[in-house]
Amino acid sequence: MIQRSGVEVRLENLVRRYGTVTALDGLSLTIAPGELVALLGPSGCGKTTALRLLAGLEEADGGRVVVAGKDVTGLPTNRRNVGMVFQAYSLFPHMVAWENVAFGLQMRKVGTEERKKRALEALELVGLGRVANRYANQMSGGQQQRVALARALAIRPQVLLLDEPLSALDAKVRARLRDEIRRIQLEVGITTLFVTHDQEEALAIADRVGVMQLGRLEQLGPPTLVYTRPATPFVAEFVGLTNRLAGTVKGGSVEVRGVQLPLVQPDIADGPATALVRPEAVTLIGRGDAEEGPLVGTVLTVAFLGAVSRVTVDLGDTTVLAQMPTSAASQHPAGTKVRLELRSDPVLIQREEPASAAS
Amino acid sequence: MTVAGTPAVATRVGRPLLGGRRFSLDWVGVLPFFAYVGIFLLLPTAVVGIGAFFNADGSFTLDNYAHLSRSYVFKATITTTLLSLVTALGGAFFGALLAYAIVTGNPHGMLRRLVVSASGVLAQFGGVTLAFAFIASIGSAGFVYLFAQSHGFDYYAHGIWLFELSGVALVYLYFQIPLMVLVFLPALDGIKPQWREATESLGGNTWHYWRYIAGPILFPSFIGAVLLLFANSFSAYATVNALINQGSPVLSQQIAAAISSEVGAAEPGFAKAIAIEMIVIVTVVTILYTLLQRRTARWL
Amino acid sequence: MAVAMRSVQRTRRIKLQVFRIVVFALAAVFFLIPLAAMVEFSTRGINGERTLEYWTSIVQYPDMIKAIIASVQLALITSVAMLVLLVPTMVWVRLKLPQLSRIVEFVCLLPLTIPAIVLVTGLFPMYIWLGTNVSDSILTLAFAYVVLVLPYCYRAIDAGLGAIDVKTLSEAARSLGASWLTVMWRVIVPNISNAILNATLLSVALVLGEYTVANVLLYSNLQVELVHLGRANAGVSIAVAVASLMFAFVLLVGIAFVGGRRRRTQSEAVTNLGKGPVQGSAG
Repeated sequence: MIQRSGVEVRLENLVRRYGTVTALDGLSLTIAPGELVALLGPSGCGKTTALRLLAGLEEADGGRVVVAGKDVTGLPTNRRNVGMVFQAYSLFPHMVAWENVAFGLQMRKVGTEERKKRALEALELVGLGRVANRYANQMSGGQQQRVALARALAIRPQVLLLDEPLSALDAKVRARLRDEIRRIQLEVGITTLFVTHDQEEALAIADRVGVMQLGRLEQLGPPTLVYTRPATPFVAEFVGLTNRLAGTVKGGSVEVRGVQLPLVQPDIADGPATALVRPEAVTLIGRGDAEEGPLVGTVLTVAFLGAVSRVTVDLGDTTVLAQMPTSAASQHPAGTKVRLELRSDPVLIQREEPASAAS
Repeated sequence: MTVAGTPAVATRVGRPLLGGRRFSLDWVGVLPFFAYVGIFLLLPTAVVGIGAFFNADGSFTLDNYAHLSRSYVFKATITTTLLSLVTALGGAFFGALLAYAIVTGNPHGMLRRLVVSASGVLAQFGGVTLAFAFIASIGSAGFVYLFAQSHGFDYYAHGIWLFELSGVALVYLYFQIPLMVLVFLPALDGIKPQWREATESLGGNTWHYWRYIAGPILFPSFIGAVLLLFANSFSAYATVNALINQGSPVLSQQIAAAISSEVGAAEPGFAKAIAIEMIVIVTVVTILYTLLQRRTARWL
Repeated sequence: MAVAMRSVQRTRRIKLQVFRIVVFALAAVFFLIPLAAMVEFSTRGINGERTLEYWTSIVQYPDMIKAIIASVQLALITSVAMLVLLVPTMVWVRLKLPQLSRIVEFVCLLPLTIPAIVLVTGLFPMYIWLGTNVSDSILTLAFAYVVLVLPYCYRAIDAGLGAIDVKTLSEAARSLGASWLTVMWRVIVPNISNAILNATLLSVALVLGEYTVANVLLYSNLQVELVHLGRANAGVSIAVAVASLMFAFVLLVGIAFVGGRRRRTQSEAVTNLGKGPVQGSAG
């Protein structure tokens, strides 16, 4: 199945309200042709609403949806030519896999022979040619989602929409299918919007990640940038783990436990503040038995995560997370005394403002 | 799964012993149930099945079955089957509409609870009081009739059909529709909103959704419900007896008449033969349903 | 364009609302008018004035009172007996004898295919024997009624058990040292309380409305007595019928509300009360 090259998708100042709740508060987002953008955020942040507006499953209270230069805001879903993959249970239970995939073609009045041929092709594309004659209840969750993907792609849509397609699967299948989706998306070259609450998923799959909160885009950028240079405290806390360390801002840098760290936004006013420090920016130095100081503490636990490990260090008045290669972590078993070093990456500052929405 | 260390010999010796003992103990747990249904369900059914082969003085006979060929039994069979079919289809149709109207509302809403509760009561409502309720409302002295008549609509112009089979059918709907609501709601609850959205994203409209997705998915449940309603009408006795007390047009009345004929000609064996006929008919319908279900719904 | 979009979805919503209103209105007309007719009739005086005379004179018919008490007792006994018989058996089958589940289901649904009039034909000789050798109390009808309510109660309880993981729950309780009795009473029953309430209510409604079996076996339960009394004094008879319907309805609504509150505080897992064929298809 050869795909024509992707089209550009523009969401312009979309607003959506449910009664008094504002689900989308003027969202603008442009997805380049063939690009995969992941919308990431906690539940209720508006990411799913954005996707449903693009799909035409919900109506906008304001703003426009433009696909391939054409305003589709007023079009109902069935005339938008979008392929959609849902969280789960979206396969028609009374149709076998290939019939599910062929359904969209049937709606497009493709002939029976051609329909079946293209359905089988689409199933091959997702690596499921052999289960073409199975019903949904005879397939695993991962297989069902692959069929759903094949079904969405078989109609050769202009846009592919993925609404948390992996969240109902177990970890291993999730990671594999995630990579599979990306491979197929690149192969087909289709413009894709991927909605998820799983930051790892978003960072792994997307060309650009958009972090959302309260119906607004907090930050939109390539995964590495979102991770290493979070634009707001919310992004810093939502994407990846973050240590919150008390410090003092003075003259364009922040002093945290005796260490001077550069700021992401240097123009911040002086005064006490909380610095958000990534666990990867914390390294451990052993044999600190005799030492004392603000950065000396005791290892509480070592969590083995595979190639890397996460070490929790008790500093007396607070605990700090450090992440490092497992080989390095194994030198500091629980109970040993260590000294911390903070790498001087630019950090974000959070002021003790009224209840931050995160955490 | 992790009994790798267990000596093979012990397993081989221990299994059958342990398994055998547990086997018998487990069965003790279901004994009361099967004893009860054995005595009060299967035994009476057997009594009917066997009794149908004996005449009044206790000798073996096939006459009771031969009597099923009496023209009034044949007529009653046709009448009962038709009445049951019509009220099952009618009840299923209107009940399904009502059930759909319920599921499209709030699942925890007041309306749903009220309708479901009312259905629970009305599905068991019947007999002489139900007959009276209709006589008092749409009967020839009922206020609905008087109101309609005074507005130029005399629905009894061609006879008072309330006391005929068409009237019985209408009255049956009063418990058939609620029964349909009760049995069809779970099926409707099982319909996932994603299916509609998927249909739309694939280019289908509302008609396509009902024709290709929701219709076929609901069809087996619907037919199953029709079967249940059919059996319900088929076995109804009190209501029809309250409306039509002459001529025994339906099979259940024929049984009652044969058990305790007021003219003194009780034919208990014949009653049992009719009873067997009724069971056979319902069983045949059930088998047809099962075959249909197996053909149409391999995905269940 | 945005306006056009809105109208697509709004039209659909309006259509649905109209459909619902029409359906509910028609249902209300069909179901309430006969009930209203009964209420109207039971409060009609000789000269056409409104009176509660029929209602207050119910007490003057001792046979009626006896029949009412008998039916209520029967409803109670039948419900309890049904639960005692069905719940442990169904739980046990799920836990230990899953190979029996089809047979139990078949047996429980059997009364649907055996008309009550047929069943009573077979029960007739048994009740003659019971009457002469054990007891001829009307309460013996409960034996037959348990059979009649089996299909409805089976479905209700099966739905309840289907919504919880019986095996894991009981294994957890067993591992904590609970006896089977405790497992049943303290673990299973509280978790399927909704289903048990539903089953109980269906039995109560069925027993209060039962006529065929009692009539053929020559016992005077509520419905049989209603027919008798209806010949002598239709007004009182209808008043009793309305009262019994209202009683069953209030009972059901009350339970539905208790159940509804419960369900909301628990998880959403129990939204599918029934066991529709569609339900299993997703997993």
